[in-house]
Amino acid sequence: MSAARTHNRAGRMALNAAAYAVTVFLLLPTLIIAPMSVGPERLLSFPPKGFSLRWYAAYFEDSDWLRATLFSAEAGLISAVCATLIGTMLALALVRGRLPGKGFIELLVIGPVIVPHIALAVAMFLVFEQLRLTGTLLGFAMAHTVLALPFVVFTVLAALYRFDVDLERAALSCGAGPIRAFRHVTLPLIAPGLVSAALFAFIISFDEAVVSFFISDLDRKTLPRKMFEDIDFNISPTLAAVATMLTALTILALLLGYGLKRSLERRARAAGTAPDPGP
Amino acid sequence: MGGTDGLAGRVAVEGLVKRFGPVNAVDHVSLEVSSGEFLALLGPSGSGKTTILMSIAGFEFPDAGRILIGQEEVTWTPPNRRNLGMVFQRYTLFPHMSVLENIAFPLKMRGVGRAEREERARAALATVRLGEMGGRRPAQLSGGQQQRVAIARAIVYQPRVLLMDEPLSALDKNLREEMQIEIKHLQQRIGITVIFVTHDQTEALTMADRIAVLDHGRLQQLGTPRDLYEAPQTAFVAGFIGETNFCEGQLAQAAASGESVTVALTGGGSLPAIAAEALPAGGRIKVALRPERLRVLPATAEGTTARVAEAIYAGNATTLMLEGAFGQPLRARIPAGAGLHEPRPGETVRLAWQAADARAFRA
Repeated sequence: MSAARTHNRAGRMALNAAAYAVTVFLLLPTLIIAPMSVGPERLLSFPPKGFSLRWYAAYFEDSDWLRATLFSAEAGLISAVCATLIGTMLALALVRGRLPGKGFIELLVIGPVIVPHIALAVAMFLVFEQLRLTGTLLGFAMAHTVLALPFVVFTVLAALYRFDVDLERAALSCGAGPIRAFRHVTLPLIAPGLVSAALFAFIISFDEAVVSFFISDLDRKTLPRKMFEDIDFNISPTLAAVATMLTALTILALLLGYGLKRSLERRARAAGTAPDPGP
Repeated sequence: MGGTDGLAGRVAVEGLVKRFGPVNAVDHVSLEVSSGEFLALLGPSGSGKTTILMSIAGFEFPDAGRILIGQEEVTWTPPNRRNLGMVFQRYTLFPHMSVLENIAFPLKMRGVGRAEREERARAALATVRLGEMGGRRPAQLSGGQQQRVAIARAIVYQPRVLLMDEPLSALDKNLREEMQIEIKHLQQRIGITVIFVTHDQTEALTMADRIAVLDHGRLQQLGTPRDLYEAPQTAFVAGFIGETNFCEGQLAQAAASGESVTVALTGGGSLPAIAAEALPAGGRIKVALRPERLRVLPATAEGTTARVAEAIYAGNATTLMLEGAFGQPLRARIPAGAGLHEPRPGETVRLAWQAADARAFRA
C-alpha cells in the first residue's frame, strides 16, 4: 500500500510539474512585456536598461488612448449586461421550455464560436456599413453581445443542470407563480453562474480585436484596435505599458469575480434567522 | 365535518390517461379519495403511481381524463393555484433560506404579513416537533429533520390535501418506521386528506386507510389493507401484497367471480379454490395460497402430503420448503410459540387449508 502511495505521489508531482511548465510557457510573453514597459528607451527592448514609468504617463496623457479605453469599457459593460440577460433567458428556454427546433437554436448559439472570427467580422462590417452602425457604441454592443452569447449560454446551462428542478416544483407547490419561483428560488441559487457568465462576456468584449478592427472608424475605436494601429505607426513602449495594464486588469477582474462568486455561493448555502422581510 | 366542508378535501381522478411516447404510463385510472382519508398509491417502478400524483399536483397534464379537487375541476390548473401541500422524495428545502424562512415561504407567496407569517411558521415547526430548529439552515439538519421541515412547509397554509411522493424512501429503516407512525398521527390530528406514493407494501399497509395497487399504468385494485391481503382480485395483487405460493393449472369450465372451482394442476392432481375474478373456460389459471394459511399436520393415509425439504428458523416463525404436493415446491409458515408441530427436514407431512384461502386467478 505504501509503495502504491509513493507511486501515486510521484505521479501527482509529475502532473503538477507539467501543469506549471505549460502555465509558465503560456505566461512567458506576458511576463516579458511587463519589464519591457518600464524601460526608459524610446524603442521596445528586453531586458530594460533602467526603470521608468514615462510610458505609463504617456498613456494617461494621450486622450486618444483614454478615449479608446473608455469606449472599450462602455462596449464591454453594455454587451456583458445584454449577453447575460439574453443568454440566461435562452438557457432557461433550452432547459425548461418545450419550444420546437431546440437543436437548431442550440446550433445557432454555438455559431459565433465555430464561424471564423474574420468571416464574422467581414459579414458584420458589410451589414453595419449599410446600417451606418460602424464606429457606434450600439454597433459594438451588438457585435460583442453576439460573440459573448455562446459563453454565457453554456455557463448558465451548466448552472441550471446542477440545479435541482424539484426545488422549482416545490416553490410552485408552495403557491409561487413561475416568475416568483424563479426570482425567489432559482435565481439566488444560479447567481454564482450568472456572475461568471457576465465576467466572461465582459472580458470577451474588452479583449476582442478582429471584429473591432473591421467595425471601428477613425474616431470611435476600442482599445485592441487602437493597439493594432499603434503597432503599425509607432512601436512605442506605451503599447507595452497598455498591454501590462490590460493583463493586470483582467487578472484583477477575474479575482474580483471569483471572490463575488464565492461569497454568493456562501450566501446561497447560509441564511439569516428571521423570515425575509417584505413580500 | 359536514355539508360542503366534507367535500373540500375530496380528490377524484376520472379516466386518467397519460402517454409517454408509445407507453401508457397511466391507462384509464379512476379513483376517489374522500375528505380526511389516507390513500396510498402502491406499485413497482413504472406502474404509473408517481404520474398520477404529478397529475393531481399539476406537474403533468393528462392526455385524457379529469382531476377534481373538492368540487372543482383542476385538470388544467397550474400547480401554484391548486392549493395543495406537496412533499417530495428528496428533501426539497430551499438551501439559501433558513428553516423558518422555508416554512414561511408559502405564506409569503399568499401575501400573509410578516408577523403572522413568523407566528404560523413557528406553530407549524412545533407541529413537526422541531421547535428549536427555526434558525438553522437545511444543510445543518439530518434527513429525517429535513423531511419534517418539508412537511411543515406543506401544511403551514392549511391545504385540504397533502400529496407525498415517496417521502420516506431516503431514510433508513428505523427512522422510516418512526416517521410512518408520526405522519399517520399528524394526518389524523389535522384531518387532512393524504395521497401517498410508495413502492413499499409494508409502508402502505401501515399508513393507509385504503390502497390503490397499480401495475403497468392500470389500477389493479382499490381497497382497505385487509381487502387487499385477504381478498386480492388479481394475480398481481396477490403476488405483490405479502407472500404467496402460486400453483399453475387449467380450468375446464368458465367460472364467475366468487364461484367454487376445481383447478386441474399442471404438476398433476387438482386443487379446489374460489375464483377471485371471472375465469374463462380452458384458460391458464394460477391458484394463490399464502404460506401462513397452509396448516402443516402429521402425515395420515389421506389428504395432500408433502416432504419437508428444508426448515428455516427466523425467530418469530419457521418457514418450511415443501416438495411433492401439487407437483411443485411450496412454502409454509408456522408461527413460533403456538405449540404447533414443527417437522424436521425429510419428514412427510399432511397439508390442510380453508377452501376460501385458495384463490384462483387468470395467469
